[in-house]
Amino acid sequence: MQIEKFKYDNKIVKYFAFATIIWGAVGMLVGLIVAILMFYPHLFGGLHDGWNSFGRLRPLHTNAVIFAFVGNMIFAGIYYSVPRLLKTPMFSKFLGWVHFWGWQLIIVAAAITLPMGFTTSKEYAELEWPIDIMITLVWVVFGINLIWTILRRRERHMYVAIWFYIASWVTVAVLHIVNSFEYPISFLKSYSLFAGVQDALVQWWYGHNAVAFFLTTPFLGLMYYFLPKAANRPVYSYKLSIIHFWSLIFIYIWAGPHHLLYTALPGWAQSLGVVFSFMLIAPSWGGMLNGLLTLRGAWDKVREDPVLKFMVVAVTAYGMSTFEGPMLSFKNFNAVAHYTDYIIGHVHIGGLGWNGFLTFGILYWMIPRMWNTQLHSKKMANFHFWIGTLGIIFYALPLYAAFFVQSSMWFQFNEFGKLEYSNFLDTVTQIVPMYMFRAFGGTLYLTGVIVMIVNLIKTMVAGSFQSEEEAEAPALEKKKIIGGYWHSILERKPVMFTILSLIAILIGGIFELIPTFLIKSNVPTIASVKPYTPLELQGRDIYIREGCAYCHSQMIRPFRAEVLRYDPNDMEYSKAGEYVYDHPFLWGSKRTGPDLQREGGKYGNDWHYNHMYDPRSTSPGSIMPAYPWLYENTYDKSTTTAKISAMKAMGVPYSEGYEDQAQADADKQAQKIVDDLASKSINSHPDLEIVALIAYLQRLGTDIKVKENLTEKK
Amino acid sequence: MFKHYFEGIENVEIWPVISLIIFFLFFAGLLVYIFTIDKKYIRKMENMPLEDDEMETMSDQKMDIQ
Repeated sequence: MQIEKFKYDNKIVKYFAFATIIWGAVGMLVGLIVAILMFYPHLFGGLHDGWNSFGRLRPLHTNAVIFAFVGNMIFAGIYYSVPRLLKTPMFSKFLGWVHFWGWQLIIVAAAITLPMGFTTSKEYAELEWPIDIMITLVWVVFGINLIWTILRRRERHMYVAIWFYIASWVTVAVLHIVNSFEYPISFLKSYSLFAGVQDALVQWWYGHNAVAFFLTTPFLGLMYYFLPKAANRPVYSYKLSIIHFWSLIFIYIWAGPHHLLYTALPGWAQSLGVVFSFMLIAPSWGGMLNGLLTLRGAWDKVREDPVLKFMVVAVTAYGMSTFEGPMLSFKNFNAVAHYTDYIIGHVHIGGLGWNGFLTFGILYWMIPRMWNTQLHSKKMANFHFWIGTLGIIFYALPLYAAFFVQSSMWFQFNEFGKLEYSNFLDTVTQIVPMYMFRAFGGTLYLTGVIVMIVNLIKTMVAGSFQSEEEAEAPALEKKKIIGGYWHSILERKPVMFTILSLIAILIGGIFELIPTFLIKSNVPTIASVKPYTPLELQGRDIYIREGCAYCHSQMIRPFRAEVLRYDPNDMEYSKAGEYVYDHPFLWGSKRTGPDLQREGGKYGNDWHYNHMYDPRSTSPGSIMPAYPWLYENTYDKSTTTAKISAMKAMGVPYSEGYEDQAQADADKQAQKIVDDLASKSINSHPDLEIVALIAYLQRLGTDIKVKENLTEKK
Repeated sequence: MFKHYFEGIENVEIWPVISLIIFFLFFAGLLVYIFTIDKKYIRKMENMPLEDDEMETMSDQKMDIQ
């Protein structure tokens, strides 16, 4: 058999690793800033331009740590491990560089557009349509490079890590495309093609599986490669890894609806989400145990080796968050934990622990090898390990406490059957100290990262970078192998393998989503629910731009404590039919402030006017950001016609030719608000953004009340 | 509730059954495969990440453990 010589390219791995480190530090710094803004809204002093407000920085943080930090690590790990596992260089260096620079360009585009307020409002899918298209193109380039490398391999069978990479690539492609169906209005503005309940289900099918197939499965692939490498022993059970893989990708895709329990989502979809979320614990823990038990007989090394320490905590954190996940999916626990800081604690156990620590472990292992030297300082790495671990604990525990305190307060009744803490703000000021602890935890964690950066730079300076590594392997004989068990046949056939994993995830997706499309005709419509007026639509877009939905839900769950708090007069919980014109849905996932679904008419226009200018003036102790720029900027009237036309095209029933008179109607409605404000001695102007926003807030939930008035009249 | 939304689909009752059968058969097949798998093949696969360095020492270690 002819032995062939070839080279592994380390240069692209180096670039992706640098990008991981740089974007990681930036993303975590932004995270720290938003954490501080939550107890100290004056952080930026008088500098209020909009770009630095919580609602704009928060998506910057989530996108940076997910797609820039974790994303670049995935690519660094894949470009390192795939050639070595398949005994071949990557298919194309050129495609590799297109992939690298394309991905960084997307990140830069995100870092510019998100603080400017260009957002779809869908969590972890905030980027607007031109960037969505860029993501699709770069993802295809990555896929071609990955699949073609696999096709040109010199190793007949694909190791389990490769399966995880393939499934991740396929699934992220499907998720991204389906969740990005948008109707563009202008260069950086679009509306989701789905509305209300449909939009919510598609979004959380995406959101949950972004966690699954971006934060989890690619990292499991990395775990299956780098953990055995670092421990210098094979994975505990290869058989278990086969079961782990198939059951994980089969089950994960179904679990999305657990983000929408007790909402207006149909009950069957909620139940489906609960059942599959509970089942998920089995494959998840199978994988975790497989990782931990790989260290059997090598635990003495864990004492010595910082790389293994990081990996052990990473895998343990994976176990913790995959235990929390199913528990949080039970309806009874979800009822109290949803919308609280528990969820933030939970995702950071996964983010800081699993993704962060596995990344650090891999970097500490990979960089000395690529620079042909030893790690500069084990002591510093150990320091990083301990301060990072403490950081995770200081991050998560206060948030668990915050959940316990706040949730208990939300549901507490007094002896008269009224809410004990009827003012939402009282439940917020109680947990502000926990937010301070959380920021302290984040500071510790970020300090560790800075120590790592110094350590790695010194390591690189001491060593010399090997941009290519020589390797040799026999060519893969083109022979027909007959027989073998069906799975080992699969491992020889990457294309078939890809198609099968696609089918595995599509089954879940189709069964969840097709009924969603059918729901449209099944959502009980409410006759009194009418489309938004043009001014309200403009106001809604300001609400979206400022990221209000990150802290305010628009979904009153059917609990006495909630209807009493958010709709004390009519005691109505949210119905699916109320959202039929919501492109996109704005249900939110966290209540840092109160729910706004029935906000209309609760307060006067002047209250909103003063509140948004300085929240502390109307609500002492509030942690809400101030929005002074809404009082200087005028909303873009030139978009009104396009917005109404777009809504009409998506099936919102505005009357024929309404787009032409829309702006006149908007002006009329704005003038009414301005007149009302003037009667309270407030001078404003009908074109101001704040007026449009007030119009939207005053509309929320009022359609239901109209209906009741009508029935009463009858 | 569940019924209400699915009533509109023709022969809806067959779909959950089909998907259950697909799931069950796949996992049953997977388990059978796992239990009857060739040891040599497993040994080769699990050592794959370790091959480019110290391949020999690794398989030796594995032997020691067993």
